[in-house]
Amino acid sequence: MYTAILLLPLAGAVIAGFFHRFTGEKFAMYLTTGILFFCAILSWIAFLSGHGEHGDTVTLFTWIASGDLAVDWAIRVDTLTHVMLVVVTSVSSLVHLYSIGYMDEDDAKPRFFAYLSFFTFAMLALVTGDNLLQIFFGWEGVGVASYLLIGFWFKKASANAAAIKAFVVNRVGDFGFLLGLFMVFWLVGSIELDDVFAAAPALAEQTVGFLGMELNAAETIATLLFIGAMGKSAQLFLHTWLPDAMEGPTPVSALIHAATMVTAGVFLVCRMSPVMEYAPDALFLVTVVGASTAFFAATVGLVQNDIKRVIAYSTCSQLGYMFAAAGVGAYEAAMFHLFTHAFFKALLFLGAGSVIHAMHHEQDMRKMGGLKAKIPVTYAMMLAGTLAITGVGVPLLTILSTPIGFAGFLSKDVIVETTFAAHSSAGMYAFWLLVASACMTSFYSWRLIFMTFHGETRADHHTYDHAHESPNVMMIPLYVLAAGAVLAGMFWYPEFVGHHEGAFWGPSIFNSADNHVLHDAHDVPVWVKVSPFIAMLVGLGTAWLMYIRAPHLPAELAERHQPLYQFLLNKWYFDEIYDFLLVRPAKWIGYTLWKKGDGGTIDGIINGIAFSIIPRLTRFAGRVQSGFVFHYAFAMLIGVSLLITWFAISGGAH
Amino acid sequence: MNSDFALVVPEILMAAGAMLLLMVGAYGGEERQRNLITWASAGLMALVAAIVATRGGAEATAFGGAFVDDGFARFTKVLILTSSALMLVIGKEYLERRGILRFEYPILIVLATLGMMMMVSSGGLIALYMGLELQSLSLYVVAAFNRDSARSTEAGLKYFVLGALSSGMLLYGASLVYGYSGSTSFSAIAEVIADDGVSLGLTFGLVFICAGLAFKISAVPFHMWTPDVYEGAPTPVTAFFATAPKVAAGALFARALYDGFGNAVADWQQILVFISIASMFLGSIAAIGQSNLKRLLAYSSIGHMGFALVGLAAGTQAGAESLLTYLVIYVIMNIGTFAFILSMERDGKPVVQISDLAGLAETRPAQALALGVLMFSLAGIPPMVGFFAKFFVFKAAVDAGLAPLAVAGAVASVIGAYYYLNIVRVMYLSQAERPLEIRTNLIGQGALGLSALVMAAGWLPIFDGFGLPEMAAAAAQSLLR
Amino acid sequence: MGLTQLAFYVFAAVAVGSGVLVILARNPVHSVLWLILAFFSSAGLMVLLGAEFIAMLLVIVYVGAVAVLFLFVVMMLDVDFAELKRGLADYLPVGALVGLVLLVELSLVLGHWALAGAAPESREAVFAIEEGVANTPALGAILYDKYLYMFQAAGLILLVAMIGAIVLTLRHRPNVKRQDVLTQIYRGRDVELKDVEPGQGV
Repeated sequence: MYTAILLLPLAGAVIAGFFHRFTGEKFAMYLTTGILFFCAILSWIAFLSGHGEHGDTVTLFTWIASGDLAVDWAIRVDTLTHVMLVVVTSVSSLVHLYSIGYMDEDDAKPRFFAYLSFFTFAMLALVTGDNLLQIFFGWEGVGVASYLLIGFWFKKASANAAAIKAFVVNRVGDFGFLLGLFMVFWLVGSIELDDVFAAAPALAEQTVGFLGMELNAAETIATLLFIGAMGKSAQLFLHTWLPDAMEGPTPVSALIHAATMVTAGVFLVCRMSPVMEYAPDALFLVTVVGASTAFFAATVGLVQNDIKRVIAYSTCSQLGYMFAAAGVGAYEAAMFHLFTHAFFKALLFLGAGSVIHAMHHEQDMRKMGGLKAKIPVTYAMMLAGTLAITGVGVPLLTILSTPIGFAGFLSKDVIVETTFAAHSSAGMYAFWLLVASACMTSFYSWRLIFMTFHGETRADHHTYDHAHESPNVMMIPLYVLAAGAVLAGMFWYPEFVGHHEGAFWGPSIFNSADNHVLHDAHDVPVWVKVSPFIAMLVGLGTAWLMYIRAPHLPAELAERHQPLYQFLLNKWYFDEIYDFLLVRPAKWIGYTLWKKGDGGTIDGIINGIAFSIIPRLTRFAGRVQSGFVFHYAFAMLIGVSLLITWFAISGGAH
Repeated sequence: MNSDFALVVPEILMAAGAMLLLMVGAYGGEERQRNLITWASAGLMALVAAIVATRGGAEATAFGGAFVDDGFARFTKVLILTSSALMLVIGKEYLERRGILRFEYPILIVLATLGMMMMVSSGGLIALYMGLELQSLSLYVVAAFNRDSARSTEAGLKYFVLGALSSGMLLYGASLVYGYSGSTSFSAIAEVIADDGVSLGLTFGLVFICAGLAFKISAVPFHMWTPDVYEGAPTPVTAFFATAPKVAAGALFARALYDGFGNAVADWQQILVFISIASMFLGSIAAIGQSNLKRLLAYSSIGHMGFALVGLAAGTQAGAESLLTYLVIYVIMNIGTFAFILSMERDGKPVVQISDLAGLAETRPAQALALGVLMFSLAGIPPMVGFFAKFFVFKAAVDAGLAPLAVAGAVASVIGAYYYLNIVRVMYLSQAERPLEIRTNLIGQGALGLSALVMAAGWLPIFDGFGLPEMAAAAAQSLLR
Repeated sequence: MGLTQLAFYVFAAVAVGSGVLVILARNPVHSVLWLILAFFSSAGLMVLLGAEFIAMLLVIVYVGAVAVLFLFVVMMLDVDFAELKRGLADYLPVGALVGLVLLVELSLVLGHWALAGAAPESREAVFAIEEGVANTPALGAILYDKYLYMFQAAGLILLVAMIGAIVLTLRHRPNVKRQDVLTQIYRGRDVELKDVEPGQGV
């Protein structure tokens, strides 16, 4: 079954990618979509039927056997895998379905679906990996697929640039991952996860020397792997690619940049929890980076005008939440938020896609407004997503030991509580930043809703008049995801983070003996519990005030606090700083090496040989070939005497 | 004595066949007979090849050790015989159309082939020389076969004069070796070297012998005849020169050095390193300036022989193995290439200039593709089989501690790739002229297509190298005693 | 110094001296004549070695046939040897240098000359001639028995040489009138003899 889940999307990708000429593009689309739905059903069956136990490892074949390195292609079956399988296949299948409608006017549909399916395969390979190399394979696979999908409209220069940017920034993280992988193999002698986990306590005692520093092995490995995770999950400093990646088609954003690939980093940290637990300093870093990202991205999200970019920064921010949770040891909470976030963020993206579809590919919210009347169903769906992400629920009330509220309410609040419950400096740092972020999350999410759907329309008449609800094939995924966004939190709360979490997760997530942060999270003070809710209300209120009540306020505020506004609008100037610090020097080095080094030196030498020395030699050889027999004979004699002289002088081999 | 004769049955068949056909030709009226004699000669060689191929048995010697029959000899004989027969048949049309096919031609080819068989089977210096002269003399004659063409006559004469000089060197070396060792038989020489080591006289003798053999294989600096003879001789003769005699000379080289001087590897290794590097580079560099296809292929063969000698220079079994592999692949590539050249003409004139091939890809796409594949293979570009030929000799050299030689070879092959690819460029990127006419029999076209196919796909695992590596290994094994 | 030694030195000196003169003589005919003298001296050396058959071969084949053929060729072809030798001066320095190097090195070999231990023995083994058997029969016995293979090979080489000579030079000229004896013999009644007047033709 797992084999089928893993390999069928690949088969679909191959058929759609290479054989669509024979099968027709309709068939390619329906085939890949059908396959994904089938996989999703299988995944749900696996998820629902197998809780807690660390099932078998399904070994498919031996992949690499070279010296000490023996790597099988194997599927690791445990709850963590199940959760990810469900997330990946569900969102992917819905996105496939959605794309049938969304990409209707594109002429490269089979290619798109092949990429989508290939991406799904790579993502599944990542989450099912039983060893680090397989995870890395999936890691790179999704990187490639992401590159291809962001740059899907390759005729658009900005899409190409965004694809390259995503790829390059990810390489930085991947390099960290790779170093971590090497180090694991060096120190443990195996990259099988079980072996690595078993060796984790020993690693914590070990040190490695690097540049005169004695580094703790477990800390170093954990940090390196986290750097990899930062790249994939667009955490602070390596986040710059994610907003640009919105150049890709919207279903891609929903699939890759909301629900699956960007969560791979969170998944990796959770997957490596047995190692992470022995690396407190690395976890400290995870928390700080996560919380900072959550805050940073939320601030930037406040002022963005592109509907997709708002959601992109929101994703960035939510991923920060997950990392913050993982950093304080609440991997379960991180995974829970990952799970719920997949639903409502995919919903928001697809909803945004529906809006964009309705507005003829207009993405600027300043040119929208008043769409509530035109596309009420989409509005309702977006509203559900917004309620979920902002964390609307009934605080302090629990029925059957389950809080009542939208999915985001449950998962986000757990995270906020755990950070407080950690009682560490990093935890407190994270707590305050996350509460502040919750406020801003609420603000920018409602701002999105208000700017898009409420008030007077700012769109031109033609576009507005022709705005229409999307076809059913696009709406059905929205319904499904909306159901998830509303219910998933309440439904699985007990399993993921509630009383059944121990039985649910089984051995797939490891908590060290003194890690009971999740348990403590239930006993935090009341003001802590209600703080995110209040923050949400504050955000909602502000948004209502500024965009419904007094729409002139934002412009005035922006005018009055021009430096701050510009600072946020320009995303804290990260791109500009990187451009100055990295891109330009790199370009300069590259250009110099190309012109001076390559062009002058290497090409010069090569060209020198190719265009001056060799022709000269050729002419010389031609001249020697004079046609006179005695010249030829003479050449032979000279050859013989040279050889003889050589032997007379050197004495042959003696 | 009877067992001696039993061992040389293939050679006797060749000699008797040649003389019988000579009688047929001389008394049967030439006009009618030359077709028959050509086919009969080719058939004879094919038959003898079959006989040799099916003969198994351990190594045996005849006539007091002068004649050796072992796996190595059989392997190379089959290769020589089949390529001779093929070249005879492929070139027949060309000669016939130009009115220079006479019945002596196939007979001389048969006799030359017989000489080559004697060369690779030689067990001593005298037998070596006899075989070599029989071959060479026949080749001198066929080089000048188009006696009404000044170039052909000049080619034959040059070849003859220089060949005589090289024979003189060879004989001088042989006498030095004989003077030191007291014997002309390889096994006795090897024993003497094992017992008493190498003296300066023997080393000098070795140098002269190598010089004589290097002339036959057209290695630098004994190569000077090659471009002129290749260009001047009728194209079928050139084609023949580029195949069987090269195999025979290479095999003879290996035979003499491994059998006779196997205990003085360090000495002849130095000679071979010198001439192989010189050959590889000269072959690559001088070919660049050529516009004449036959001259170009002459330099190509010089370069390729340099590569083949890299394997020989290794002095190991792997070296001999790689040499044999190289020769086989080289011969296949050349059969294809010459089959192409022989089949193409424009306005009744043969194609000799590279510029004649301009735009061939448009006018004759199949032929252009086949030739392109062969050029890629000759250049040694992976995954063509020609790459593997080079790879094996380089690997043998590296394993034998001759890494610099392998590096030099790699550099030379990069330079050499230029002119092969230039032909492809001309075919594919230049403006098409009027299409070339194809004038050939089925065998010619088949040889072209098949050789291109083998070069393009022979590396695929499903063919398993056509068993070539195993056969070459067995042959090389029998060479090393 | 015995008579034999004296004879050896005389023959040897004459052989080398006439060899040099073959090259240096201005008149090609003189060259050939010097060559003949060199052959004769070599034959003398062979006699001194006890190889009278080889000596006779030299005289009969080389002097009697080859050298005389050379003489005819040189006289008939009227080659301008002065023209051929004109470039000699240009190449002499390099040529002489290479020659000198070779000479020095080969004399080095001579100076270091050593026989392998088994050499004299194996040399004897080839020429194990019974006592009392004359030179010529002994040679024949070896040539037709032990060296049969080489002998036959030599025969083939000569065959190739013959074929080559014919193939490269023989021309059937179509307009040359030849006498065909058979046609004459088988002449039937239908062929009549005509008396052709001189100067008028048929």
